[in-house]
Amino acid sequence: MAEVTKLIHKYLRHDKKFPNVWCPGCGIGIMLGALIRAIDRSGYEKDDIVLVSGIGCSGRLPVYVDFNTLHTTHGRAITFATGIKLAKPSLKVIVIMGDGDAVAIGGNHFIHAARRNIDMTALILNNNIYGMTGGQNSPTTPYGMRSTTTIYSNIEQSFNISELAVTAGAAFVGRGTVYHARLLDSLMEKAFLKQGFSVVEIISHCHTQYGRQNRLGTAVEMMEQQRDQAVTVEKAERMKPEELKDKIVIGVLVDKELPVYQDEYERIRERAKEVMGR
Amino acid sequence: MSKVKRQNQRETKKSLRKELLLQGNEAVAEGALQAGCRFFAGYPITPATEISEVLSVRLPQVDGTFIQMEDEIASLGAVIGASLAGVKSMTATSGPGFSLMQENLGLAIIAEVPCVIVNVMRGGPSTGLPTFPAQGDVMQARWGTHGDHPVIVLSASTVRECYDMTIRAFNLSEKFRTPVILLIDEVVGHMREKMALDNEKEIEIFNRVKPTMPPEWYIPYEDTPSGVSPMANFGEGYRYHVTGLTHDVRGFPTSRPDEIGPFISRLHRKISFHFAEIQMADYFQTEDAEITIIAYGCVARSAKRAVIEAREKGLKVGLLKLSTLWPFMRTAVEKVLQTSKVLIVPEMNMGQISREVKRVNRGVARVVTLNKVDGTIITPMEIMNRIQEVIS
Repeated sequence: MAEVTKLIHKYLRHDKKFPNVWCPGCGIGIMLGALIRAIDRSGYEKDDIVLVSGIGCSGRLPVYVDFNTLHTTHGRAITFATGIKLAKPSLKVIVIMGDGDAVAIGGNHFIHAARRNIDMTALILNNNIYGMTGGQNSPTTPYGMRSTTTIYSNIEQSFNISELAVTAGAAFVGRGTVYHARLLDSLMEKAFLKQGFSVVEIISHCHTQYGRQNRLGTAVEMMEQQRDQAVTVEKAERMKPEELKDKIVIGVLVDKELPVYQDEYERIRERAKEVMGR
Repeated sequence: MSKVKRQNQRETKKSLRKELLLQGNEAVAEGALQAGCRFFAGYPITPATEISEVLSVRLPQVDGTFIQMEDEIASLGAVIGASLAGVKSMTATSGPGFSLMQENLGLAIIAEVPCVIVNVMRGGPSTGLPTFPAQGDVMQARWGTHGDHPVIVLSASTVRECYDMTIRAFNLSEKFRTPVILLIDEVVGHMREKMALDNEKEIEIFNRVKPTMPPEWYIPYEDTPSGVSPMANFGEGYRYHVTGLTHDVRGFPTSRPDEIGPFISRLHRKISFHFAEIQMADYFQTEDAEITIIAYGCVARSAKRAVIEAREKGLKVGLLKLSTLWPFMRTAVEKVLQTSKVLIVPEMNMGQISREVKRVNRGVARVVTLNKVDGTIITPMEIMNRIQEVIS
């Protein structure tokens, strides 16, 4: 068996009834592969990993892998993850969300977790659409594009998820695409090893819904578009804002040291005990 | 800082006399700590805020965690997460926040995660009457989250009961792997009363049953005679899946009718098989009562006063005080129906428990309601007047 297959087998749940729910050609599988490789490389034990997800196509990811897994309500995955991490800080908590999950219904939780700098990793699969419910407009559907709820045209400006994370105070923010699978491996590994709130935005394609409605072609063609649109952070620094329009900046956007919530709370505990003893 | 100081003074007193002057909300916080609660997530709301304030001081002292979340949805999410990680957890709120919690409440029910939700009831609907008492959330506690589900709801009418019922809520939630809701009226939450604490060793504390088999043999949602399966905490070697989707015994989503039916039935059965353990009521002078008042929360106190006054006048009146609101205590009502010709149900709503009483009564006795929704409590005098009306 090839090394990579062995690795995948080590982490898949063999008592789970396959096949998975995703469409053939979906980018979530690539994200899952990168997640497994990155966890394996970062050296965590299976027992120490908690995968928490919300609702939607991405929400179905944790069920297939052999960790402590939790599939929560729509948009609220980060809140459950917060409770898990604070109750048992030895666990490595990874949250998996889609674009609708993270910045529409769960936008409030996302910015507050970043602000608090709670030690966890948020992986956000951004495919510009609500896939599972049948291709409705999401907060990251680009202006002028079509969805089943904006068949005339989307008149809303879209969210830049990574920029939002940076502004809200995340300690680590990286962006990659499912075309650049190797980059995803390294971004996720860095994020998993980071102390504090880390975010990896994964640009993916929904050829079944978004691609079909906007005539963007097959899954392969949409991945080629990701390749053509992507520019590295280093290259982007030398480009003008108008040149960056319609480009996807990939790489590490932010990596900084900030006080981590759990460490700060440990100080509060010491202080509280002092006060109690006085 | 002054709050911390006040807290400390109270602590000193406690160790000296075991007798305290406490507010209902403070008693909830103390009861939670006694029950082993070590995680609280909440959002400020009148009239429940004192519970948060006390626990923000006390939890870090005992290596627990307090966090103020961005809203009530997040609060219950964090509470469920912490409980899955193995820590007894609680949140406290009032009507508007309780409304926001309904979706995650359903998740805790279907995923069978123990936790406690305290709702210090204020007048509604909507923002309503933030600082006035009401009992309008009784049906919401029963049916607020969507889907057919069982639920345990407790009520407290004194400061002492706030303490006891919080401990009981934790015990029941751990035992039956289900969220437990404690409904308190605003006046009970804010009222101060003297309260003597029991010897800590005499308080019964129940902790969730954990699996003892090797992880590869663990079936997280396996049916058992009691309907409750052992619960593994995250990070203890039992890697399993928890979901809000309808799932099979392994926790994996299912759409097979032969798995869905038994699962939903078991959720109900694990509560309905244990009514005797869950349901609790006090009977006051009901043995020969021809008129029985059925009340809960602060109204039960007024009702007790009215019973004493009526007895002084030679009237055969008794009180059935409900401490478990849901599952509704049919047996208690049937018991008082053996002697009673009239049941009076005073409530600070338009008639929520009285519907249940009528359902159980089935025309045996006359059921008289006394409803008040003006933000003031029902007084003994008002109940006495209703007794007089019934007699004449």
